[in-house]
Amino acid sequence: MIRTALLSLALLANTAGAEVLTRLDPANSRIDFTYKQMGVALEGRFAAISGRVAFDPAKPQTARATIEVKLASVDTGLDEANSEVAGKDWFNTAAFPLARFEATAVKPLGGNRYQVDGRLTIKGRSQNVSLPATFTPDAGGGSFAGTFSLRRADFAIGEGDWRDFNIVANEISVRFKLRITR
Amino acid sequence: MTTRYTDTAISLHWLMAVGLVGTFALGVYMHDLPFSPAKLQLYSWHKWAGVTLFALVLSRLAWRAGHPPPALPDTMTATMQRAAGLVHVVLYLLMLAIPLSGWLMSSAKGVTTVWFGVLPLPDLLGKDKALGDLLFGVHKALNLTLLGLVIAHIGAALKHHLVDRDDVLTRMLPRHKRQGDT
Repeated sequence: MIRTALLSLALLANTAGAEVLTRLDPANSRIDFTYKQMGVALEGRFAAISGRVAFDPAKPQTARATIEVKLASVDTGLDEANSEVAGKDWFNTAAFPLARFEATAVKPLGGNRYQVDGRLTIKGRSQNVSLPATFTPDAGGGSFAGTFSLRRADFAIGEGDWRDFNIVANEISVRFKLRITR
Repeated sequence: MTTRYTDTAISLHWLMAVGLVGTFALGVYMHDLPFSPAKLQLYSWHKWAGVTLFALVLSRLAWRAGHPPPALPDTMTATMQRAAGLVHVVLYLLMLAIPLSGWLMSSAKGVTTVWFGVLPLPDLLGKDKALGDLLFGVHKALNLTLLGLVIAHIGAALKHHLVDRDDVLTRMLPRHKRQGDT
């Protein structure tokens, strides 16, 4: 009985896996971040996410992804700061409207865990990043979720008067959930 | 019969007097500054000072409960004595309500108050922009009421000293400044 159930589950997974997931579902995707301002933890979010992906759960090594975030869609968690961060010292959205992540390798770590290596570009600066992520399948697709931290100074986010980490800390923790479908 | 305040009560009174004037002035000054790291820093300092004043007024009330203030002079009519008592009650209520309203406003604006950047105070309210704006109005109105009452308080103390020539002012002054003290 259990054996039959497992077998049909495996078959189901196989048929689902046969299809490559290519579409990002922005309505069910989120990118949130937390940072510290003089010891106060603040929550922010990017609302506008888009991307192109090719992920076959059966062959994760072949995965490719380009995720783009419209930086002007930021909510810093601080009303007064939302108009400020579009400016030159922060994101300079006039010159660099998008942040881009390009996955170069997806390594299965066992179970539903993956390591996604890629290149993150913000404000014209690129860094190699390695993101731990989990993949949770659902009907019609699945979601990659994970958390990583970046240093804002690596991307010149917060220049001039804002360079000092005493007011806004260097480390930014980013939490993502990206749902992809067929 | 005791005719003067205890040294502890005198110290707390003047410590809070200096703290209230400074924190009030800082609050008025910082509000109209353009958004900058300095502004964020001053806001944090204002909040730290407010929490400190709240802790001071609590310790002051606790001390007062065990050490009742000296009686007012017999030369004052019963009505005047009741009026003086009422003003003191309202002053204490404002010293409690003002930091509380600031703390609640900060929570409603989505910014946890973290005392000296180390000790986070619980957020009693969730983030709510309309409520945050309302609490700003409450915080301001309470402060303007305090300003009016403090002016009346200083005026009354000076009237006692210069017109009535009683000891109502001098009994709240540090010991070495008093004449004929034993």
